[in-house]
Amino acid sequence: MKIIVLIKQVPDTAQLSANMNGLQLMASGPRIINPWDEYAIEEGLKLREAHGGSVTLLCLGTPDAVETLKRGLAMGADEAVLISDPQLAGGDSLATARALAAAIEKIGAYDLVIAGRSSIDGGNFATAVQVAALLAAAQLSYVAAIKAIDPAAKTITVERLMEAGRETVSSKLPAVMTVVKEINEPRYPSFMQIRKAAKKDVPVWSVADLGLDAGQVGAAGSQVKWSQIDLPPTREAQVEILEGTAEESAKALVDRLLAEKII
Amino acid sequence: MSNNVFVWIEQNDPIAWETLGAARGVADQLGGQLVALVLGENVANLATEAIGYGADRALVADDATLGPYRLEPYAAIITQLAQAHQPAVLLMGASSAGLELSAYVAAKLGVGLAPDCTELTVEDGGLVATRPVLVGNLVAKIAFGDARPQMATIRRRVYPMPTADSSRSGETTGVAAVLSESDIPTKVEGVAASSGQVSLTDATIIVSGGRGVGGPEGFAPVQALADALGGALGASRVAVDSGWIPYAHQVGQTGKTVQPDLYIACGISGAIQHLAGMKTSKVIVAINKDPDAPIFKFARYGIVGDLFEVVPALTKEFKARLGT
Repeated sequence: MKIIVLIKQVPDTAQLSANMNGLQLMASGPRIINPWDEYAIEEGLKLREAHGGSVTLLCLGTPDAVETLKRGLAMGADEAVLISDPQLAGGDSLATARALAAAIEKIGAYDLVIAGRSSIDGGNFATAVQVAALLAAAQLSYVAAIKAIDPAAKTITVERLMEAGRETVSSKLPAVMTVVKEINEPRYPSFMQIRKAAKKDVPVWSVADLGLDAGQVGAAGSQVKWSQIDLPPTREAQVEILEGTAEESAKALVDRLLAEKII
Repeated sequence: MSNNVFVWIEQNDPIAWETLGAARGVADQLGGQLVALVLGENVANLATEAIGYGADRALVADDATLGPYRLEPYAAIITQLAQAHQPAVLLMGASSAGLELSAYVAAKLGVGLAPDCTELTVEDGGLVATRPVLVGNLVAKIAFGDARPQMATIRRRVYPMPTADSSRSGETTGVAAVLSESDIPTKVEGVAASSGQVSLTDATIIVSGGRGVGGPEGFAPVQALADALGGALGASRVAVDSGWIPYAHQVGQTGKTVQPDLYIACGISGAIQHLAGMKTSKVIVAINKDPDAPIFKFARYGIVGDLFEVVPALTKEFKARLGT
């Protein structure tokens, strides 16, 4: 199976504190691999272990995003490509999907593209789906389990986590799939794997390498932009601690919730 | 281009009506019509309902290929309708289906999309959207370019349910499906409903357990309180990662984002990743042994104590007072 995994480098929200707010984190805070993407890589590796083939990581980002790709290589991916070009800055989900789709076509024939369900920075839930739309591949979002896959027959059956419950869907391959956390437990790379990955070459593709024009990508190719970013309004909640025994504090809480018609 | 606003009406989900309510305001400000897109099998009633909830008219695709929601056939129809009728704005609810459907359609149309918005306004004849980013740690204003329709999805439980008015009338126009069954790559084999449980995303009351519950059996009193209140059961990441409760219950950065009227956090310290998923709840109650737990900074009411004493006492008190 030829598997391509889309990954993204994002601000590390675990670093948010009294000393680092969201604006500071976004501007210059430490970066990590998007938490959902480790599950996407793990699923790709598991499929390769079961069915053979290769796992290629694809990341669009600034030059330092190569660290994120090295993390995935250390987990066991076969190769990695970084798409990086100043012309890509400020791209919305569709402009980003255009570059990713062009890179996938450049890589060549594939069976499955896997991505995390969303990123923790933009939180659009859109880029991978838009890649599927541009590639005219089948799209399977929020996959919690692969129930069956037959690379020879080019079919897959998955369980999607939807509001109404777990939906079982069968599909043709090639497909683009986004995964939720439940799907697996990502492996930790060993020290030796990390050292080996650090030495691996990661090619960097520019917009021109993808055969795209500057006007199709980045801010120039985008139809939405963040015109203003603020910290969320602070909550005025002043906690009232209800004292007494368990029974007394329980009664006091129920009194208040009923009086305020919250229940 | 028209000034009209198109809204996809998702089946069996109140988010459709919340979105229609938000869209009514946008259509009125633009001076356009509000058009409901009703897709499915045997959905004539849904079109009538959409008009009752505020749509001026409905475009209805009624076809066997549209029975359960599927991305490809739904996107093909909505893309074609948008190209044919040139609406100014196209809105959907930010449900699992709405998020993927809007993204796919926006890519096919080559237009801008603002997902999971908490506010829509009209400025200079165009849409301006507000949405949380960085999992709720920032708020972004979204400005659109020239392409139309401007697309957005609306976060659940942010806009109120409009009031249905069965005396409203509007024209219903049938439209044909675009893809035939053989053109559609996917097939829905079935849905295993999480039966008997209140859905986290719809819940007006959520009772959640975290590290403090100590194990799978520790969720029993938390579940009992949720049941007494007719609420849903939530959990922190620690509880899910420890295998005490399935992932579907996880609230927070790598779980669900919820906004109930009442959120009762039992034995949850309030890590920033958990807060990201629930801090916009209307009223937060924290029950924790540690008086310095960060969750108390976000709570309206706090009880410092052992959840295994406090939670059963609360269940008993609620049952007595509510007669449940």
